[in-house]
Amino acid sequence: MQKQLSEKRGFANNPIVRAIGLQRIVVVLAVILEAVLFSILSPAFRQYATVVSILDYSYYITFMAIGVTFCLISGGNDLSVGAGMICYALAGGFLVQHLGWPVWAGMLVTIAIGLCFGVLNGAMVAIMNLPPFIATLCTMLITRGLGSILTGGMAVSWPSRNSEGGWFRSLFKIINNGKIIPVGFAIVIFFIIVMSIVLNKTRVGRYIIAIGSNKEAARLSGVNVIKYQMLAYIISGFFAGLAGIAYSATFSSSVAPGTGAGLELDAIGGAIIGGTSMTGGQGSIIGTLLGVFVMSLLKTGLPYVGLQANWQQIITGIVLIVAIYIDVLKNKKTA
Amino acid sequence: MGEVILTMKGIDKSFPGVHALDHVDLEVRKGEVHALMGENGAGKSTLMKVLTGIYTKDSGTITYEGREVEFHNPREAQEAGIVIVHQELNMMNHLTVAQNIFIGREYMKGGLIDDGKMNDEARKLFDQLGIDINPAEKMGNLTVGKQQMCEIAKAISHEAKVIIFDEPSAALTEAEIDELFKIIRDLRDKQLGIVYISHRMDEIKVITDRVTVMRDGGYVGTLITADCTKNDIINMMVGRVIYEDPKTHSMVKPGAPVVLKVEHLNAGKMVRDVSFELHKGEILGFSGLMGAGRTETARALFGADPKESGDIWVNGQKVEIHSPQDAVKCGIGYLSEDRKRYGIVVGKTVAENSTMASLKDFLKGLFIDKKKENDATQKYIDRLKTKTPSVDQLVVNLSGGNQQKVVVAKWLVRNCDILIFDEPTRGIDVGAKSEIYHLMNELAAEGKSIIMISSEMTEILRMSDRIVVMCEGRKTAEIDIAEATQEKIMHAATLR
Repeated sequence: MQKQLSEKRGFANNPIVRAIGLQRIVVVLAVILEAVLFSILSPAFRQYATVVSILDYSYYITFMAIGVTFCLISGGNDLSVGAGMICYALAGGFLVQHLGWPVWAGMLVTIAIGLCFGVLNGAMVAIMNLPPFIATLCTMLITRGLGSILTGGMAVSWPSRNSEGGWFRSLFKIINNGKIIPVGFAIVIFFIIVMSIVLNKTRVGRYIIAIGSNKEAARLSGVNVIKYQMLAYIISGFFAGLAGIAYSATFSSSVAPGTGAGLELDAIGGAIIGGTSMTGGQGSIIGTLLGVFVMSLLKTGLPYVGLQANWQQIITGIVLIVAIYIDVLKNKKTA
Repeated sequence: MGEVILTMKGIDKSFPGVHALDHVDLEVRKGEVHALMGENGAGKSTLMKVLTGIYTKDSGTITYEGREVEFHNPREAQEAGIVIVHQELNMMNHLTVAQNIFIGREYMKGGLIDDGKMNDEARKLFDQLGIDINPAEKMGNLTVGKQQMCEIAKAISHEAKVIIFDEPSAALTEAEIDELFKIIRDLRDKQLGIVYISHRMDEIKVITDRVTVMRDGGYVGTLITADCTKNDIINMMVGRVIYEDPKTHSMVKPGAPVVLKVEHLNAGKMVRDVSFELHKGEILGFSGLMGAGRTETARALFGADPKESGDIWVNGQKVEIHSPQDAVKCGIGYLSEDRKRYGIVVGKTVAENSTMASLKDFLKGLFIDKKKENDATQKYIDRLKTKTPSVDQLVVNLSGGNQQKVVVAKWLVRNCDILIFDEPTRGIDVGAKSEIYHLMNELAAEGKSIIMISSEMTEILRMSDRIVVMCEGRKTAEIDIAEATQEKIMHAATLR
């Protein structure tokens, strides 16, 4: 047992493994394993449409997860992104569908409302000192209710592909003579790169890590703790808005009030699987992207093997428990 | 000693119900190490908080570099050149060393943080201090001693003119303290003014030039360190002579039975093949440098951490200890070095803490027998002379020494005959310290057996009947107190 342990340490200390990060290697392996498993179990899984579908799921989850990653690193959490995303998309879509606003204006409103709720979450956590878990849980309730009220409880349809204003759907998916090009992935990669830089190379990211690592030390070092803690939630709000747009653009069905519940767990799960710590101070955006693919593969693949919505929830729950447990073990080791 | 750089005169500060500072004076010169001493609650920290703008003074003046100043927050003080190296290190473990040092004033290149430049600058600082730390290492991977060096480097990078060390040695080993002192002397030679707050009398004599003593929020006096004895300072602090001399011979009765025998204990890297015996009524000192594996040995023995192999006998009977519950059943109590984390529940009362380990004995049916609990608690308050207004006082309101007594009471209530004291006097002031020593001696005389882990050489030599020295997880020496010297112990502690 002792020998096994030291061998494992040896692998983790390999310079290449260290450079990439053990966790990331494990996550990539998990993604591959998942894909292989579904491919073996279901012949129908092995087609291009599946890849497109996996990507479709990955867009809005990734956006939510980027924001959540910042909140987790700051030592908090944001549970409101799922319900929020739907609420913001409902509000923007309502303006477009019923009041005849142009699509770009609707998109801006979607992001703007996301930002507002980000400010609200940030204020509650950073200024009022509410526990992030509870504060954002309340925002989740509020946004869910608000989404229904704004639209009178009705579903909202953003313009379909061939109608006026349908151009925005091509932001994420170009369909040309029946051929589908998932261009949304480029947008995702763009934001992944930008936010990676923000996290690792700017004061915003550095101070958010510092706050999550040791808030009091950051304060005594002259960091404006309130400002940067709020910023984490504002970033999360912005990306929840973006997720709302991605969600509206990629799925042809209408956006229905009350559907966002639980989606935040896909995002939080993705972030944690990707190596972001529940206890703050630690995390990476690229890791989050990889973690999101574990989640979106599950979402796409499970129906292929005959496990429908209810089973998906059970499996998502189990995956989350495992991911958080690994995080707990990891922290124990470093402590 | 150079010219005066900082003068605090007639500083007065009251909080509701407490006169925390009563016209206190402090004068710091360039190129001196100035000790600020006093028991816990004497007002040292409050004075420093007034200086750095955390508290506002009610009256008095602060003159710094010839001008009267008033700082509104630590950042303003820092910018003026007054920096505190805190007792509890203020480090962000997830950031690198350089990122920690330059937090709040990062080097930028093209709008992005220039980590390369920060690493270079940090390396220059370390070279200047003559210490070897990799600036790109994550702070959390460093030892406490190295982290402290980083705090000092950070202070210097602020172009500090006055550095306040708030009990810097509390968590350091002797070797790390030597390194710290070397740095402090260096800084002194560079004409910085140093304020050094510590409880350790030996250090004051070694490192400081002058000493200012405070008592109960008041100013007692300032002495030239070289002109006074330890007892002079202690007398000023507490008004009575208390220090005991080192033990010269073992107090254990000849032929006292072995109550605890540990053979070939292995647990991880830090506990390798450790064997020892503990006799009835003995105080067995565990000495060694930080990271020698003493605490790890105690934790493995106590069942707090898993062990790989090793046999344990209690009172001649072989026992299996897999968890703290098992250890407690065998009559072993463990007093952690980190009281607040492992020893007591500060938000609970003295009574609740005292009976925590043996609640089963205080039940009447499903409910706690409050009277029985109070009686037992009162018994040990009397016996240990714990200073508390009542059994219902919250432990958070007690001083460090009295908190320690509550932990002792907890294990005595549980009828533990073997007590492991891990750094029993860390962060405890002089007066309370001698009470803890007295208490340990009394417990041993009554037939309790004590394992005492300590990083303070004087404590080891003053208290132990026999000394086990560890180094890098192995036992490197076992010395009877009659033959023990500081040199012998240090030699064994650095064998590898």
